[in-house]
Amino acid sequence: MRMNKRALLTSIAASAVAAAAGPAFAEKKYGPGASDTEIKVGNTMPYSGPASAYGLIGKSIEAYYKKINAEGGVNGRKINFISYDDAYSPPKTVEQVRKLVESDEVLLVFQPLGTPSNSAIHKYMNAKKVPQLFVATGATKWGDPKNFPWTMGWQPNYQSEGRIYAEYLMKNRPQGKIGILFQNDDYGKDYVKGMKDGLGDKAKTMIVSEQPYETSDPTVDSQIINLKSSSADVFFNVTTPKFAAQAIKKAHEIGWTPLHLLNNVSNSVGSVLKPAGLDASKDILSTAYLKDPTDSTWDNDPGKKDWLAFMDKYFPEGDKTSSFTVYGYSVAQTLLQVLKQCGDDLTRENVMKQAASLKDLQLAMALPGIKINTSEKDFFPFEQMQMQKFNGERWELFGPIMSGEVGS
Amino acid sequence: MMLRRTIETRGPPAAEVAGMATPAWRVIVFVLGIVVLATIPFVLKNFYIFQITLAVIYAIAILGLNLLTGFNGQFSLGHSAFYAIGAYTAAIMMDGFDISYIWTLPAAAMVCFVFGFLFGLPALRLENIYLALATFALAIAIPQVLKSSLVEHWTGGVQGISIIKPDAPFGLPLNSDQWLYVYTILVAVVMYVGAHNLVKSRTGRALIAIRDHPIAASAMGINVSLYKSLTFGVSALYTGVAGALGALAISFVAPDSFTFQLAVALFVGLVVGGVASISGTLFGGLFVLFVPNIAEHFSKGLAGAVYGVILLLVIYLMPTGAAGLVRLIVSRLVQQGRASGR
Repeated sequence: MRMNKRALLTSIAASAVAAAAGPAFAEKKYGPGASDTEIKVGNTMPYSGPASAYGLIGKSIEAYYKKINAEGGVNGRKINFISYDDAYSPPKTVEQVRKLVESDEVLLVFQPLGTPSNSAIHKYMNAKKVPQLFVATGATKWGDPKNFPWTMGWQPNYQSEGRIYAEYLMKNRPQGKIGILFQNDDYGKDYVKGMKDGLGDKAKTMIVSEQPYETSDPTVDSQIINLKSSSADVFFNVTTPKFAAQAIKKAHEIGWTPLHLLNNVSNSVGSVLKPAGLDASKDILSTAYLKDPTDSTWDNDPGKKDWLAFMDKYFPEGDKTSSFTVYGYSVAQTLLQVLKQCGDDLTRENVMKQAASLKDLQLAMALPGIKINTSEKDFFPFEQMQMQKFNGERWELFGPIMSGEVGS
Repeated sequence: MMLRRTIETRGPPAAEVAGMATPAWRVIVFVLGIVVLATIPFVLKNFYIFQITLAVIYAIAILGLNLLTGFNGQFSLGHSAFYAIGAYTAAIMMDGFDISYIWTLPAAAMVCFVFGFLFGLPALRLENIYLALATFALAIAIPQVLKSSLVEHWTGGVQGISIIKPDAPFGLPLNSDQWLYVYTILVAVVMYVGAHNLVKSRTGRALIAIRDHPIAASAMGINVSLYKSLTFGVSALYTGVAGALGALAISFVAPDSFTFQLAVALFVGLVVGGVASISGTLFGGLFVLFVPNIAEHFSKGLAGAVYGVILLLVIYLMPTGAAGLVRLIVSRLVQQGRASGR
C-alpha cells in the first residue's frame, strides 16, 4: 500500500513535470539574429567584378522577401535580408561573411555564390556552427553532412547531371562511342565523374576520347577536331558558355554530327545557342529542372503567372527572360519553406534540421514533378532533372523525370 | 611625372609647431600610434580586429610596391603575383608539409625575393609603361598558372587550399584573431623599420638617385642594373611576406583571390597613401580595405561608381596622397608658428 502510494506520488510528480515541460517545449526559442519581429538572413553576392551578372540572383531574392514582408512575413516575423558584395573574391567573401556572423549576427548565411567563395568560408561556418545554407554552386562537395553538417547545396550537382546523361545513353545508345570535352577543373571533372559512375563497367569501352581544355585557351577547335577523328558518335559537351558556343559552331563547321549532350550550365538560348547559330544547335540535348521563362509552354501555368505578377510588382527592373531571376525566386521560396517549418524554434540547429527535412517540395517555377527532398543523410535538395531537346527555336522537354542521386 | 615631384625626406631643421619642435611631435604621434595599436585587440570585436589585421597586411604589401615605384621609379602592375606566391608558399608549407606558420614568413620572403630578382633582371630593359605592361602580364598569368595541372598537386587547383588559423603560443590568453593581429603588428614593425632604414641609407640614396636621374646615377658609380634588380627583389619580398600573412588571416588561398584586381588595389593604395612615403602606406592599406565597404554602404547597385567618386575626390583633395597632405599641413603650421613668433 505504501509502495503504491509512493508510486502514485511519483507518477503525479512525473505528469506534473511533463505538463510543465509541454508548454515549455512549445515556447519560443531564438538563436542569434532571430526575435519576435524579425529573422536576419545573411548573404554574399558578386554585385561587382567579373561575375557581376550573377548579382541578379541576389536582387531577385531581396525583391521576393520584400513581397513576403509586405504580406506579413513568415509566422509573423519579417525577413531582414542582408546581402553584401564580395566581387567574387574569396578574401572579400571571408571578410563579409565574418561581418554577417560576428557583427550583424545573422541567424544563417544563405546562398553565398561561387565555388571558391564557398570553399573559403566552408571550415569557418562549420567551426562557428552557423548554417551555410543552399549555396549557389553545383559542386558535389556541398552535400557532405558527415564532415560538414552546417553546409548544404541547392541546385542539382554536376555529378548528378552527369549520371542522368549516362542513364539516358545506357537506354538509348548502349553501343555509343562517347567523346568528352570538359573544362579542366573541378566543375568539369565532377561532370565526367558523374558520367563514368553512371556508365559503370561500360565506361571504359564506351568513352573513346576525353579532351580537356583550360579556361585560358583561346578556342576549343583542336579538341573538337580530335574528338571527330576519334570516331565518337556521342558528344558530351561540358563547357562554360563561351566555349560551348565555340564547340557547337566548330562541330557544325567540320560536319561532325554526333548525338550532342550539352551541360545545363550552358544551355541558355540567348547567350550560347544564338551565338553558335540556331541551325547548328538543332537537335542538341540537355537537361532542365526549372521552368524556362521564355518558354511559351508555361504561359497559362499558374506558377509562371505568379512569378510574372511578382516580377511586375516587386522587381520591375529585373530581366524577365533571365534564368537568374527564376533561380533567385525559387531558392528564396525554398528558404521560406524552411523558416515556416521552423515555427517558433528559430535556432541555428533547428534551421539545419528543418532544411534536412524537406519532403516533396514542389516549387512553383520548378518543372512539374521535380521535387526537393532532403534528409539527415541527403544534403542534395535537387537531384532530379528532365531531358530536353532544342528544336532550332526553343527547348522542348521530353521523357520522364530522371534522378541522378549520388551514391545510389 | 608624379615621381618627379620633389619629395622631402627630412623636415626643415628646428621648425616648430605650436611651440614644439617637429621631431618631438613625431615622437608623440609615434607613441600615440603604439598605444592605439596596443589597445585595439582588447576593446574591439574579433571581426574588427580581423579587418584591421587585413588592412595592416595590405599596408605591408603596398610598402613593398612603394619601395619599387616610389623610391626607385619602376612601375609594377603585377604585385598581386608576388602576393600570391607568398600566400601559396605559406599555404603549401602548412598544408602539405605541416610546417609551423612561424617559418612560412622567412620562406615566403626568400622565395619572393629570388623570384622578384629574377623577374627584375630581364625587366630591366623595359622602361616605365613597358615595364608596367610586363608586370601586368605576370599578374594575369599567375592565377592561371596556379590552376594548371602541372602544379595542381601542390596548389589544389581551382579549389585552393584551406589552412588552419594559428593559436596563440605559450598559453597566451588571446584568441586566434587577437594573436594574429599581434603577430602581424610585430612583423609590420620589423618591416617598416627595415624599410625606413633602407631608404635613409646609402643604398636608399642610390635608389632615389636612379629614380631621379639614372644616367647621372651611373656616372656617380652606382651599378644601376644591379640596384634595380635588387629593389625588385626586396619589393617582392615585402609583398610576399604580406601575402603569407594574408593567407594566415584568411585561412584559405585560391587562384581567384589573386586576380589583377588585387594588383590594382595595391596600386590605388600606393597612390592615395602617397608615393615615396613610408607611413602613407598605412593609410593606403586602410583605404584599400575600408573604402569599398563604405561605397557599398551608400548604394549596392552603384558601389563601383561611389568608389570611383571617392577615389576621384581623394586624388583631387590630396594630390600627393595622405602623406603629402600631412606634410602640407605641418609646413603650414610651421610657417604660422614662424609668422606669429616674429
